[in-house]
Amino acid sequence: MGGYVQGVLVLLAINVISAYAAYLPIAAGQLNLGIAGFMAIGAYLSAYLTNELGVAVLPAILAASGLTGLLALVIAVPVLRTSGIYLALATFAVGQIVEATILNLRIVGGAAGYPVSHYVGLPMIAGCAFGVFVLVFVLFRMRFGLCITALHDDAAVADLLGVNVRAYQTAAFALGSAIAAVAGALYAHHFSYIEAQSFNVLLSIYIVLYVLLGGTQTIWGPLAGAAMFTLLPELLRVGAEWRYVAFAVILIATMAARPQGLVTAAPLRRLFAARRAAP
Amino acid sequence: MTESGTLLSIEGLSKHFGGLTVIEDLSFTVRRGARMALIGPNGAGKTTVFNLITGAYTADRGRILLDGGDITAVPSHRRVRHGVARSFQNIRLMAQLSALENVILGQQGGAHGLLGALQPVNLLPRNRWRAAARDALAAAGLADYADLTVAGLPYGIQKRIELARAVMAAPKLMLLDEPAAGLNPTETRALERQLAVIAETGVTLLLVEHDMQLIGSFCDRVVVLNFGRKIAEGTPTSVRQDAAVREAYLGTQAE
Repeated sequence: MGGYVQGVLVLLAINVISAYAAYLPIAAGQLNLGIAGFMAIGAYLSAYLTNELGVAVLPAILAASGLTGLLALVIAVPVLRTSGIYLALATFAVGQIVEATILNLRIVGGAAGYPVSHYVGLPMIAGCAFGVFVLVFVLFRMRFGLCITALHDDAAVADLLGVNVRAYQTAAFALGSAIAAVAGALYAHHFSYIEAQSFNVLLSIYIVLYVLLGGTQTIWGPLAGAAMFTLLPELLRVGAEWRYVAFAVILIATMAARPQGLVTAAPLRRLFAARRAAP
Repeated sequence: MTESGTLLSIEGLSKHFGGLTVIEDLSFTVRRGARMALIGPNGAGKTTVFNLITGAYTADRGRILLDGGDITAVPSHRRVRHGVARSFQNIRLMAQLSALENVILGQQGGAHGLLGALQPVNLLPRNRWRAAARDALAAAGLADYADLTVAGLPYGIQKRIELARAVMAAPKLMLLDEPAAGLNPTETRALERQLAVIAETGVTLLLVEHDMQLIGSFCDRVVVLNFGRKIAEGTPTSVRQDAAVREAYLGTQAE
């Protein structure tokens, strides 16, 4: 495999992981615009654990993910008191606070950035992406997934049916943040250098777009969206300087043709029903 | 828990929205096993009473006792565990889910906590939660619709799926907000049969309904509300002849 293909696949895997980080809260009806902030926390935590404390890479990534999840639980207490556009603003602010804090943290290099000593390659990153997918797949086939869908569709009814809306929203937010930390940590260990600006709000918006374009109704949406956003610009390289124009046109056409996202629930259900009916 | 005759007891309940009094000092009781109707002109506060019983609204004054226990301060998502389930005036199913998945959601009252969240309802092809939901749909005569997405199903079928979902909570008291609204006579008869089956299992039913024919044939007791107060109570026949009820619906007769 050439270096170019490998580089694209690394980006694809990291983007898939971050797409699922955004998907969990979006599936529960919450727009989290602070994903990049949680990626930064994961990246810096994992880098610090390996650089300064000599922790091995995989345990460091898992610990960074767990700690970020716990931090997200605390942040969820005030942030999830808001909803809709105010929740988007609150999470946006969380991302800004993280970025500003890192810029001023001397022990991880501050504005000069932070070199990361332990390298991870494609097999590890692809393995993590697969692991995250399996985790989300299994979770969404448990009652957890049904409840998340229910409170996205009609939180008032979900509540009356007995769903603890606040608990499920908090779980989706924290779990999403923990997954974001994995994406951030892998990015840090692969590119061997991180700085606060790598995790700015534009990244958060891109990640949310993966999910919205891919489709929020099923767990296949984030996969499709991340793949489209990563691979399409590469395929369009033949168009030289016109490639971003072509990319934008294709995105707009996709939104017009598939307003609910590339992958929606109803055709998938028909597909599976047809397969079951066939002998 | 004693087997007393009263299942639900509403005592001096009041609810205001700003300066608007919606429910004022309302008291009534529902006997265990009853099929009671709550009627009244538009704006009488019928749906508000439902919202107070399910906990969607908190009462300003008064108490709600269910099976002898005070549930006035119990959060709404926990009331289903105390035995309250409801259906809605406008269908409130999860449109993107299948009928079966909607009914599985009805089991939520018995599936709280982390262990509940991790029940593999869609992960394993056969499990007891799916089986129970399938049985409930079959009992309601809806087995054929189990795996179809709810959004495309006829209105009458969706109403009955909503009932099947409410049954899954194994409620003591089921609140039905205008179950027959928007149904044609054939669909209403199918609904009445399903309600009778539910009632025979010992579930107490409280209906808000405008279809007096359905109330006459199905209900054994009626409470009449007007402007948030109870103005009459009795059998369907007796309230129909009550002077105060006629006045509330038709206005006073000119002398």
